Amino acid sequence: MHNGEKTPLIRLAKRESMPAAAQWGIRIAAILLALVVGGLVILISGNNPVQGYATIVEGALGKTSGIRQTVKNFIPLLGAALAIAPCFKMRFWNIGAEGQITAGAMCATYFALFWADRLPQVPLLLIMCAAGAVGGGIWALIPAFFKARWGTNETLFTLMMNYIIIGVVKWLQGGPWEKIPRGSQQIEQFASNACLPRVAGVYCGWIIVLVLTVLMFLYMRYTKHGYEIAVIGESENTARYAGMNVGWIIMRTMFLSGAIAGIVGFLLVSGANNTLYSGVANNAGFTAITVAWLAQLNPFAMVGISALLAVLQKGADTLNTQMSIPVSLSDVITGVLLFFMLGCEFFINYRLIFRGAEERQARKEAAKS
Amino acid sequence: MTFLLNLITAAVLYGTPLLYGTTGEILTEKSGNLNLGVEGMMFMGGAVGLGAAFYYEKLTGAAVSAPLAVVIAIAGSFLAGAAGALIFSFLTITLRANQNVTGLALTIFGTGVGQYLGEFMRVQEGTYVAVSNTLKAAFNNSPFPAALQQLPVVGSLLFGHSIFTYLGIAMAVAMGLYLRRSRSGLYLRAVGESPATADAAGISVARYKYLATVIGGGISAVGGMVYIMTVVGGVWNHEGLSGEGWLAVALVIFCLWSPYRAIWGSILFGGLLILYLRMPIDLIPDQIYKILPYVVTVVVLIFTSLRNNRDKQPPASLGLAYFREER
Repeated sequence: MHNGEKTPLIRLAKRESMPAAAQWGIRIAAILLALVVGGLVILISGNNPVQGYATIVEGALGKTSGIRQTVKNFIPLLGAALAIAPCFKMRFWNIGAEGQITAGAMCATYFALFWADRLPQVPLLLIMCAAGAVGGGIWALIPAFFKARWGTNETLFTLMMNYIIIGVVKWLQGGPWEKIPRGSQQIEQFASNACLPRVAGVYCGWIIVLVLTVLMFLYMRYTKHGYEIAVIGESENTARYAGMNVGWIIMRTMFLSGAIAGIVGFLLVSGANNTLYSGVANNAGFTAITVAWLAQLNPFAMVGISALLAVLQKGADTLNTQMSIPVSLSDVITGVLLFFMLGCEFFINYRLIFRGAEERQARKEAAKS
Repeated sequence: MTFLLNLITAAVLYGTPLLYGTTGEILTEKSGNLNLGVEGMMFMGGAVGLGAAFYYEKLTGAAVSAPLAVVIAIAGSFLAGAAGALIFSFLTITLRANQNVTGLALTIFGTGVGQYLGEFMRVQEGTYVAVSNTLKAAFNNSPFPAALQQLPVVGSLLFGHSIFTYLGIAMAVAMGLYLRRSRSGLYLRAVGESPATADAAGISVARYKYLATVIGGGISAVGGMVYIMTVVGGVWNHEGLSGEGWLAVALVIFCLWSPYRAIWGSILFGGLLILYLRMPIDLIPDQIYKILPYVVTVVVLIFTSLRNNRDKQPPASLGLAYFREER
């Protein structure tokens, strides 16, 4: 009893495990709490929060045109999150998906602009997709090489690579690839054989990312590569003692990650925009990092979280036109949502023990017996 | 000669916001926290700082005191950034969330809040929110007497900048002294290098991390306000502000985590930002010029990892959370 003063008010203990239902219960509670806080933001701007959320849901899912836009927002988010997953599993902090998307988009665009008159649609699209994958992959491989060889900080390196490639695209946009007559700072719209066909009203990218989701799940869960990635993520030394070539695996995984991001870039230029501009990734590469992390790097959970954020993005557009609430509201609510979801993981992983709780528990048990 | 002087003046103008962003982030990173939310905090600081000066002027009308307006703008932006950094600190230090992800979330949140406030003020006022010319002058003009400024060459070079340049340099020097020469600064560096060792020595790791991150975030956010009030002239302009925070993160690497180097580093980056306007070279297009700061940063990053100089490395525990229980 005397040392009761010395124990802190709250202590922490790591939880052994928590039933999956309880885990998702906590996460859903966090999402609801975040939506309440987001509602306060709507309230402060002088609008009714309930009506605000109703408008968001209706705007994103009410009409066919709304759903199509939501799906369009959803594709790059999910695609980029899938790209990031293997790196993060390996504890390689690739925050360069934005740039890898842009690099892939740029390489795909080269073929769309200069090879469209020579090739029929299917081979052209395949070549564009491959070019996007190689472009994104190489852009990711550069920081991976330096990390593997000299331990160069990958977070900062991949971050810088984003701005370099975006600058290059800006140059192409206003320079060599600018459409005639010059001065528009825009690249020509793609010829129709360089555009992805639509399925159910939206370009077929949504099918591709859903297929990628399954493939990524299988890759991470059931392949030798996936196992090696997981081991390096847990402990690089263990991987080394087990005879794995860590540098090689880092480069291979980053190339794969960049290649998927590059394919997303191809989908964006060929499917969504039918042209290239410097903002082609539109922050999807950054938002996807939070998507991947919140999904615990589980590809199927990423589908749900990307969908949630895509609904918010589209809904905020509708909110903007109907209630003249600034469109950046979606960023604010997304941010709040991310904060709550990041915070709630703590309560899944740790248990709080209040001072005296154990003694009370012991006394109760003593009374029972 | 005049050309060179103009170039340097412009470089200082563009570099000053970066100086705040960078020194704030240096303080944060010295504690081992990699806060990638600088962009967000600078947005928050820019919008709140502008709003604070604007509404203060609206309340007082003609009786507006220019020095007080500057103080209010600094305080407002500092508090906004500190609030953002507090969210980051709570999530990463107390709730042990991943720093990269939390920082990015803060960037999404902060840029959202900044733009939201900027647009909200515009809708409320029915017009562009801009401060009066008197206030604009107070934010932009040099605090030194005209006689000093008119000295040949050194006048405009040394005395011709806005008050924020001098405050920023003073702050960077003070921070350098604090980190290098004070006991508390030594403790802070210890926390950033090896939190377990610092903890064993009886230093409160959480307290140092919280204080450094919150104050650092506040300083970074002041940079956003300085950008809005000086470079774009006191109106909300999120286009201009976007990218400043990431440039500040780059600059931290370029300066190898030293506030002293941040002084000339930020002026150099400010110069690189406007060089394409002032010194166009036919062979190199504008947009390629503009990526120079990032290319330079990458090169610096590679060289620091190659050289393996102990003095010039990132803080050893940068980006890693510290759990005492997990040793």
